[in-house]
Amino acid sequence: MSTPGRSSPPDGDAALRAVTGLAARLSGTVVVGIALFVLWQAWPALQAVGPLRFVTDAGWHPLAQPAQFNLLPMLVASVAVTLGAMLLAGPLGLFTAIFMTDYAPPALARLLRGVVELLAGVPSVVYGLWGLVTLVPLLAAWQPPGASLLAGILVLALMILPTMVLASHAAIAGVAAEHRLTVAALGFSCAGSLWGVLLPAARAGLCGALLLSTTRALGETMAMLMVTGNVARMPDSLFAPARTLTANIALELAYAMDRHRAALFVGGLLLTALVLALVRLARGLGCAWRHA
Amino acid sequence: MRDRLSAVAAWGAAGLVLAAFAWLIGDVLWRGLPGLSWQFLVSAPADAGRAGGIASILLATVWILAIAIGTALPLGLATAVWLAEFGHRQPRLQGHVNHALDVLAGVPSIVFGLFGNAFFAVTLGLGFSILSGGLTLACMALPILVRVTGAGLQAVPAELRQGAAACGLTQWTTLSRLLLPAALPALLAGTLLGIGRALAETAALIFTSGYVDRYPGSVFDSARALSVHIYDLAMNVPGGERNGYASALVLVALILCINLATHALARGWQRSMS
Amino acid sequence: MGSDAVSGGRRARPVIAMLLPLLLAGCGDGGKAATGKLMLTGSSTVAPLALEIAKRYEADHPGVRIDVQTGGSSRGITDARSGVADIGMVSRALKPDESDLVAHAIAHDGIAIIVHASNPVTGLSADQIRAIYRGQVATWQAVGGPKRPITVVNKAEGRSTLELFLLHFGLASTQIHASVVIGDNEQGIKTVAGNPGAIGYVSVGAAEYAATHEVAIRLLPLDGIPASTATVKDGSFPLSRPLNLVTRGQPQGLAGDFIAYARSAAVHDRVRSLYFVPLD
Repeated sequence: MSTPGRSSPPDGDAALRAVTGLAARLSGTVVVGIALFVLWQAWPALQAVGPLRFVTDAGWHPLAQPAQFNLLPMLVASVAVTLGAMLLAGPLGLFTAIFMTDYAPPALARLLRGVVELLAGVPSVVYGLWGLVTLVPLLAAWQPPGASLLAGILVLALMILPTMVLASHAAIAGVAAEHRLTVAALGFSCAGSLWGVLLPAARAGLCGALLLSTTRALGETMAMLMVTGNVARMPDSLFAPARTLTANIALELAYAMDRHRAALFVGGLLLTALVLALVRLARGLGCAWRHA
Repeated sequence: MRDRLSAVAAWGAAGLVLAAFAWLIGDVLWRGLPGLSWQFLVSAPADAGRAGGIASILLATVWILAIAIGTALPLGLATAVWLAEFGHRQPRLQGHVNHALDVLAGVPSIVFGLFGNAFFAVTLGLGFSILSGGLTLACMALPILVRVTGAGLQAVPAELRQGAAACGLTQWTTLSRLLLPAALPALLAGTLLGIGRALAETAALIFTSGYVDRYPGSVFDSARALSVHIYDLAMNVPGGERNGYASALVLVALILCINLATHALARGWQRSMS
Repeated sequence: MGSDAVSGGRRARPVIAMLLPLLLAGCGDGGKAATGKLMLTGSSTVAPLALEIAKRYEADHPGVRIDVQTGGSSRGITDARSGVADIGMVSRALKPDESDLVAHAIAHDGIAIIVHASNPVTGLSADQIRAIYRGQVATWQAVGGPKRPITVVNKAEGRSTLELFLLHFGLASTQIHASVVIGDNEQGIKTVAGNPGAIGYVSVGAAEYAATHEVAIRLLPLDGIPASTATVKDGSFPLSRPLNLVTRGQPQGLAGDFIAYARSAAVHDRVRSLYFVPLD
């Protein structure tokens, strides 16, 4: 049994710290392994082609003579699709979570939560298929070709909504009961307590939800492959077809050999760099992880 | 006024989200229901999946999921605990782990698949197997588990921890009897999101657990997950669409069962704690 | 009691220690012809066919296990070369720099040009197709159709269907101005079926199946010859590719036996059921 004020933790706590520390180190190592793997696979292209050409070449024609390896249009498409999806799913997800914690009758909240939890497990191929067979023809009737940035944005927003809703809900619901009692006792209005006290208190968790959803959106492959049109040109409007970095890899990997294959992995490196930049941005905007 | 705006936004958002999902699920139901039958659930695939059923696929999916969550949950929970309770003593390591998990969440599924193939299947020698697939999925579910669970742990008020220390409780007791039960909703959300991510994954599994559709004999056998089967039927086999959608419906039902069971388990644990 | 998820991590360690010897034992299993196991990897186009043939072979030869994995034609080539797979599946003819491998065709697959079912155009000349794919023709009106923009559907880089198409029409990949790029056949079929102004090219068999099963596409004739599995079979249709099983050198033992079986008349019904064209 520990005595309050003792400086060294009792054995039980030392063991706890050791085991969880091991787990944390293991968790932190996985991504290093993946990053090294991507670098290893991309290396032949980086050496043979040189990093600069991946943003300055005339286009993406890896099998032409001479080969062209511009990844910039794909980078722009990835950013555009993710940004658009987050602009939709961010507020929608947040407000749905607020609905579940503060506005919905308990039975409705439970139902909604059940539905959202269900949809968190639906494969990307189902979302993509729905997009291809139902959404894209609708868009094509409005503005050909239908398979476009817009289709990608809509499908992606739908796909990351469950993550956004559930993670936000967990964050808001986790805000201490005292906070809620305090604002009630002080006579805050519902919206006042929500926006003035509860949401700021849940800020760390909400930030985490946003970041998780955004990075998930950046990494989505299959559904984007099916609805964005996959044309490796810089998109000039929402209705233009585009190809994300992830779709680029998935589309051509099956038939790519040697330098072409390595070039696809350079796209993977770009994505990792993008995620790193995103995380930095989040930290810079004050999305700090609160310590207990 | 702000009250009314807030309420309208909340109700509106929920309504929109519900409507969108209803459209999606309705579409799958309409296309998949004709293919569903008891036979479909208990027989193995035949004729490239267009005849027979998905029994072997269901079994494989459950095994893969069990390995994925069985690995990711303890690892993720332990990591979240470390980050919340001990991380502040080693800020640089804490920063690195946080960073690493954020980046991990953004790795594309196909890259996970290729990595899983190179590491688990080739380097560790597991080959195309349920084990390879499950471990790869564990890597994918890990950041979600840690992030969502961790947010719950961090949200537990300081007074609770201080009170426990003042009472002379060990950190372990504080954790297991006070903090984890208090963070249970977040733990539950994280677990369900992690399970969802694992079940939804397709590209990663093609390269790790594989394409073989017979009944798996052990975790070292290659086996086809439900999401891979859906993809093959809908996009690769002419005439496979109806069974593809029917398989999707079974997957949705499977998710529903797992979610209900997880909720029940959580409630049971909470009751045993109080 | 309490289900301690954290102590679960501690409990897992002895389990992993127990598993380790099993893992290492699994490593020793070479699993090639001598023990009655075969591994096929490669093209996802060939995979369903190979899987069905393998199932039938396994039924006729108890004790044999044949595992079929996908990953693309390039994987089939790489794995056959490195020995990871006994047999590679490749949905195209071998290239000159792949002369260390031997190809064994198990089926043929034609490539048909498809348009939306509502499109009144009944045929296109080679020049018209070239113009459309080079982006020189913007609406269907210019080729005898309605006033509707043309949505050009092209296949992704590296695919044999694309290379055959380019070869047949004398085009270079850089000249093509596509509106949508697709990966596999079904994506192409669904894209064209969802857009009245679309034109694309996919496997003849898959298109034939879709067109006869209420999917809104129509196959266009090529050089006046109607596109169907029948015309591919009798050789009159000009655009087709082989579906190959490849091995490093001549196949031995079980691999050789399986390949011979896959090329025999015994599996022609399997080939036809997947809407490919069986060998003569």
